[in-house]
Amino acid sequence: MRIHLFVPCLVDQFYPGVAVAMCRVLKKLGVEYAYLTDQTCCGQPAFNSGYHREATELAERFLKVFEPAETVVAPSGSCVSMVKIFYPQLELSPAGKRTLERLGPRLFEFSDFLVRELRVVDVGAQFRGKVTYHDSCHLLRELKIEEQPRQLIRNVHGLEFVEMDDMQTCCGFGGTFAVKFPEISTAMGTDKAAAIERTGADAVVANDSSCLMQIAGILSRRKSRVVPMHLAELLAQGI
Amino acid sequence: MITGPIKFKEAARRNLAAQDLRENLRRATSHSTTLRLKAVSAVPEWEDLRSEAHAIKKEAIDHLAEYLERFESQATEAGCKVYWAETASQAAEYVVNVCRQKGASLVVKAKSMTSEEMELNTALEGASIQPVETDLGEFIVQLAGETPSHITAPALHKSRTQIGKLFSEKLGMNFSDDPKELTRAARAILREKFMDAGIGITGVNFAVAETGSLVLITNEGNGRMCTTLPRTHIALMGIEKVIPRFDDLRVFLKLLARSSTGQKLTSYVTILNGPREARETDGPEELHVVILDNGRSQLLAHPHTREALYCIRCGACLNVCPVYQRVGGHSYGWVYPGPIGSVITPELQGISQAQELPFASSLCGHCSAVCPVKIDLHHMLLWLRKSAVDSALTSRGERWIIKLFAATMKRPGLYRWSGMLGWMVQRILAPRGKGLRVPCWSAGRDFPPLPKKSFHQLWEEGEIN
Ligand code: SF4
Repeated sequence: MRIHLFVPCLVDQFYPGVAVAMCRVLKKLGVEYAYLTDQTCCGQPAFNSGYHREATELAERFLKVFEPAETVVAPSGSCVSMVKIFYPQLELSPAGKRTLERLGPRLFEFSDFLVRELRVVDVGAQFRGKVTYHDSCHLLRELKIEEQPRQLIRNVHGLEFVEMDDMQTCCGFGGTFAVKFPEISTAMGTDKAAAIERTGADAVVANDSSCLMQIAGILSRRKSRVVPMHLAELLAQGI
Repeated sequence: MITGPIKFKEAARRNLAAQDLRENLRRATSHSTTLRLKAVSAVPEWEDLRSEAHAIKKEAIDHLAEYLERFESQATEAGCKVYWAETASQAAEYVVNVCRQKGASLVVKAKSMTSEEMELNTALEGASIQPVETDLGEFIVQLAGETPSHITAPALHKSRTQIGKLFSEKLGMNFSDDPKELTRAARAILREKFMDAGIGITGVNFAVAETGSLVLITNEGNGRMCTTLPRTHIALMGIEKVIPRFDDLRVFLKLLARSSTGQKLTSYVTILNGPREARETDGPEELHVVILDNGRSQLLAHPHTREALYCIRCGACLNVCPVYQRVGGHSYGWVYPGPIGSVITPELQGISQAQELPFASSLCGHCSAVCPVKIDLHHMLLWLRKSAVDSALTSRGERWIIKLFAATMKRPGLYRWSGMLGWMVQRILAPRGKGLRVPCWSAGRDFPPLPKKSFHQLWEEGEIN
């Protein structure tokens, strides 16, 4: 199988290790990948802030860049839902619409790609320690991906999985919400961090780097010993 | 009516800092969400019921004029007097006039958010008519001189101790925080009021077009007292309360109580068909139904938000909302708080009056996931954000940032260059291995350090294979 990588701007700039880890897992599974070097941002920040004109421009651009792709995989539920769920709400050009209609169904979030498309739940990863999982909102409620990441985590060798309280409660990031309402956002994140710590886990896993940016920022401020980790990074352990 | 733009941010900041309030909100909302979850998971066909309710509401709202007229004629035939109020003040004026005609100086009220929209208590007091709230939560809120902070649990923001103090201060009783004792005290006062009041005012949960019936869902029995003891009953409803058929109640009754309090059914379901008939022994002599528009019909024309009219005011979206849970209902500045408030306040009061509300959400979508009539609340917030932008209500600074952002993202070279620039700035300003201090972020959280190389760079340099 051959796929194209969609590496969201936040991952590209702040967490390249997540995309590198994803590549390592894909390679282990025999998936060939290519990277379209002109890709930037899907336009989500503009869309979520209400700026449809700018979002449409970036959506058109995204669809043009990814025009050569057949199957696309991204390590982010949020950016995948931007394309799959929210692009159709924009006024796209006929060409953009055509690409979207073809590409939309072939755009996968990483864990979903592994479990539903490749039918793999054990990638052969190894991790000694206790791990808990945070359901990212877009992944859970826009894409309805709930079980796939859990299956993958449970099958990591040597790992003990533990659910946290309120695992489906938002971490408080919410894109521009995090900076428009920093106090509320931080309060939400603090409760999330406390729930994570209560499990006694060594690591907290999520599938979105944006949530992880929030969770990591708070854990680090609390001088917590829990390590935030993207699912791809966990699955790349020991392979 | 609100008198100037709602300052959500300011109020939220204040309420967030109030520790007591945080704790009260946490306790109450987590209690109701747990009960709701338990009640809902016991109904295997829950999702089907939601879809069915959505379809019924769609039918009702798509043919709103028809069903309202049908309701009016059926209710009139049953002996009700129906009054159409375009604005909240018209509705309040009508109620005051009925009270005057009847020479009533005391009015007992059951819970009604519509009456809050009308600011009815103020209007009545202005006409020297004393309104007495008989729902326990509303009674507390009225005693404290406040407004409800939740649509089904008006005094949710208060703890038992706070209520105990309030009672001992205002009612002159010995302090107690025992709910039974407090309820008994309130009941003793209310009993007398029920006997003396000339008029009872209630809200309406459902108005059945087919039969002209008014349906009231309550837990304390006060609603039933308000509709039976006084000689005149005035029922207040928004135009969206109409449902086509009596049989539709089968669906809504299953959904409403479970969503709001986690009960299978509320303690009382009252179905009223007109005032007392000659052969009957109880019920009011006159029954007035006030049907309020107050901006709702404008919502009908908004394709992306009209489904907000499907709301059955269960309060579930408030209880699960992580923002509501932390800032409380009073932060939202008008009658309806939480996710549904963030949608309808801008729609009913004007987006320029409430432009902060659609943005005050992390868009987690929990509200939409629990809504018993499947209102897509968080996606509506996105449309309202667009409408704030289209009406040029966002700040000039923000508009520039977005423009700059889009311009950068359209040019891969510039995008990469700004990433490198960021890294250089970080090297100069931030301690080794740490991220920058970023305004609006770093007060309570650390900002992630930018790595030396982006994924793009690693790829171009052949470090990934
Ligand atoms: S919007 Fe839905 S969840 Fe919220 S109060 Fe209305 S019916 Fe209940």
